[in-house]
Amino acid sequence: MAFGPHLLLATLDGLVTAAILALTALGLSLVFGVMRVVNVAHGEFFMLGAIVAWFVSSLVDAHPAIGFLAALVVSPLVVGAVALVSERLVLRRLNYQPEATIVATIGMLYIIQQLALTTFGPAARAVPAPFSLRIDFPWFGYSGYKLAVIAAAVLLILATWFVLTRTRVGLVMRATQYDSETAQAFGIPVDRVYAGVFATGAMLAAVAAVLIVPVQQAYYLMGLDPLLLSFIVVIIGGLGSLRGTVVAAVLVGVGDGVVSAFFSPTLAKIIATLLVALVLVFRPQGLFGTTAR
Amino acid sequence: MAAVSPILVTKGLSRSFGGLKAVDDVDFEMAPGEIRALIGPNGAGKTTFVSLVCGRVEPTGGTIIFDGEDVTRLAAHQRVRRGIAYTFQITSVFGNLTAWDNVALAVQRHAGKGPRGARGLREGVQEALLRTGLAGRQGVLAANLAYGHQRLLEVAMGLALKPRLLILDEPTQGLSDGEIDGFVGLVRDIARDATVLLIEHNMDVVMRLADRITVLNAGRILAEGAPDAIRADAEVQQAYLGAPADG
Amino acid sequence: MTDRAFAPTLALHLGVIAVLAVLQFVLPDYHHGLLARIMVLAIFAMGYNLLFGYVGLLSLGHAMFFSAGLYGAGLPVFHLGWGVPAAFAAGIAAGGLLALLVGVLVLRTTGVAFMIVTMMFAQAFYLAILYFAPWTKGSEGFVLPQAARAIDIAGARWDLTSPSMRYWTALLLFSAVLALTLYVARSPYGRVLVAIRENEERTRMLGYDTFATKLLAVVLSGAICAASGAAYVLIFGYAGSTLASIQYSILPLLWVLLGGAATTLGPLLGTVFMYYVIDVASGYTTAWLLIVGIVLILLVLFFPRGVLGTIRERWVPWLP
Repeated sequence: MAFGPHLLLATLDGLVTAAILALTALGLSLVFGVMRVVNVAHGEFFMLGAIVAWFVSSLVDAHPAIGFLAALVVSPLVVGAVALVSERLVLRRLNYQPEATIVATIGMLYIIQQLALTTFGPAARAVPAPFSLRIDFPWFGYSGYKLAVIAAAVLLILATWFVLTRTRVGLVMRATQYDSETAQAFGIPVDRVYAGVFATGAMLAAVAAVLIVPVQQAYYLMGLDPLLLSFIVVIIGGLGSLRGTVVAAVLVGVGDGVVSAFFSPTLAKIIATLLVALVLVFRPQGLFGTTAR
Repeated sequence: MAAVSPILVTKGLSRSFGGLKAVDDVDFEMAPGEIRALIGPNGAGKTTFVSLVCGRVEPTGGTIIFDGEDVTRLAAHQRVRRGIAYTFQITSVFGNLTAWDNVALAVQRHAGKGPRGARGLREGVQEALLRTGLAGRQGVLAANLAYGHQRLLEVAMGLALKPRLLILDEPTQGLSDGEIDGFVGLVRDIARDATVLLIEHNMDVVMRLADRITVLNAGRILAEGAPDAIRADAEVQQAYLGAPADG
Repeated sequence: MTDRAFAPTLALHLGVIAVLAVLQFVLPDYHHGLLARIMVLAIFAMGYNLLFGYVGLLSLGHAMFFSAGLYGAGLPVFHLGWGVPAAFAAGIAAGGLLALLVGVLVLRTTGVAFMIVTMMFAQAFYLAILYFAPWTKGSEGFVLPQAARAIDIAGARWDLTSPSMRYWTALLLFSAVLALTLYVARSPYGRVLVAIRENEERTRMLGYDTFATKLLAVVLSGAICAASGAAYVLIFGYAGSTLASIQYSILPLLWVLLGGAATTLGPLLGTVFMYYVIDVASGYTTAWLLIVGIVLILLVLFFPRGVLGTIRERWVPWLP
């Protein structure tokens, strides 16, 4: 393949990565923004979403589309419930103290990972795509499902943005984010908002995982990469900033796709990780964030 | 006072937060050995002013000269080493350390090394604890001390630094009358070998201690003079109290 | 740290070292080897504790200092045929230098940002080990030849492949680092470290350059962890990228939290305890990650001061 088409292919794959990454990172960013909790187990919620999707779709004995749709509904609910329980049992008791919650979510990471290994096993397993459509470009054919993933992610992100900025629920969340004590004084049930936000963050990761699992396969160690990439995205985008998160996800996703297509992926990761660490050191508000809080 | 060279001079010292000028073009001088009170209504910029002097806050304009040296660009810890000590308005002793260790932190930096240093450390800590009347409580964790004793510990740390300028930010806040009497005596004692700059709301304490008083209002110096003159100043009364300044 | 009697503290620490020394004649082979490994890793935990316990800086990236020592000592032996003492020194120097470089950057951040930045630097270091696989042998790792793992001192041969010499060497290094932490904890410098943990702004206003103080602590901590890594590769003869993975940044945190942060003996206790919990549990299940996870959560929820921290708080206030 010539350079031009090769670049187009890399960009398309990068956009798929970016779409999934944006959804996942949005969950992490939401949790950090509202609760000031760095959820190290976020990648495991992603992994859990993929594994539950595999279980659901393998139980449904019908057309793959039905199994997939069932997974798209069930998996986020299951993951949200797990997140809700861990929030009530652990994070709330820690009073959302930043450092203690990081240690606790590391603990959650290990527990979820081990349980996945025990129940799901060490193998990577595929979930069939709901449809197999091939879109033909002049130079190569491309999976129509992957393009649908991008479209679905865009829709979900728009929906999240709408909820956060245009509805009462969003207002309550933003009030809590801005000043939880005052919000409490104005009768906002901060406690329940936190629980809801933590569950929602995990569900976003789960949805992202269900969308990508027909392309990527479910695997018990698949949570680490999304976690690190989400960290990178959230940091570059500015901690807790929604727009910054999406912009950064596109940048990182496409950048990752293009760079790994032409260079050693390990070297690309090393450079990206170092750059992001330096951003956090010298520009803690992120590249696109406006104010440091 | 013109004969002696001043220990502290600020020229055109300013600091604004956003659009608010917390300290606005302040020219200020202190003579060595004096006790100066800094008074003014809430939000007048008193704490910001002393924070500029001790280096906790960076100025947006002006210079600070301490003992003939321009210290405007020096970091806070470097100013402390030159002899500017600051005791916090909000008590901020090290709660998980004993009273002894709290004071030792102030002493050990200039106590030297080796066995002689260890002895110097013990003596220095002992002296500061004795002068503040805390000697009997040296082994108590600072967090477990009574509030009044925490304030005294704060002062003990300040004077254990052997400062040439000791800045006390509302030291008597929350103390009982009896504790305040003891405190006034302590400050007089300290002032025998250090210059004292005192932010204080209790006018009785101010009148008993201060050689001179500077009145700050809206970030500027409104008046400066001997206690009696300030007491009589109608403008001050209006700005500060809206009533006679006998409080 | 008040000027108090040193005798019980000294007796306690000498006692612990004496018990460890005697144990080697009592323990069966398997535990003998395990304890040697635990002592080397306890050095790692002590280095971590210096920064986390005393200064209150929670790093999620100490695996990079451990592995800097591991590879800093292992690579020269493997590729250049260096002797053990030079390799050991090279390992410590590598860790100290890395800590200096990383410290200058990460100390500009605090709290959560500090945790994430340390984690990212460690991740970059881990990836670099994979990237340079032609030299480091990546995740497979490399084994040092037996002949390289011995020191010739004035005709006598100190052979690190013999179990008893391994044990003695591990104990010697462990004791040295334990003495060092005890010294630091009781020194005026240690008092400043704790003061920074309690209230950095107040410490600065007592005339301390808190940045320089913290930087020294990072370097010291990094060098100690590197010493552990260097000892690991020289004594046990193996280096692999797994030892640089994020797992190995979390483990010292776990050991220190369990034993008691800011206690001199907590790191040893936590390491021993965790190793034996996993050892016992592995008789019933292979799910040792599950145990690590559960212990971490239980610790932060119910036992944030760890074993020795709680004992100090309730019963033995002089415990260092």
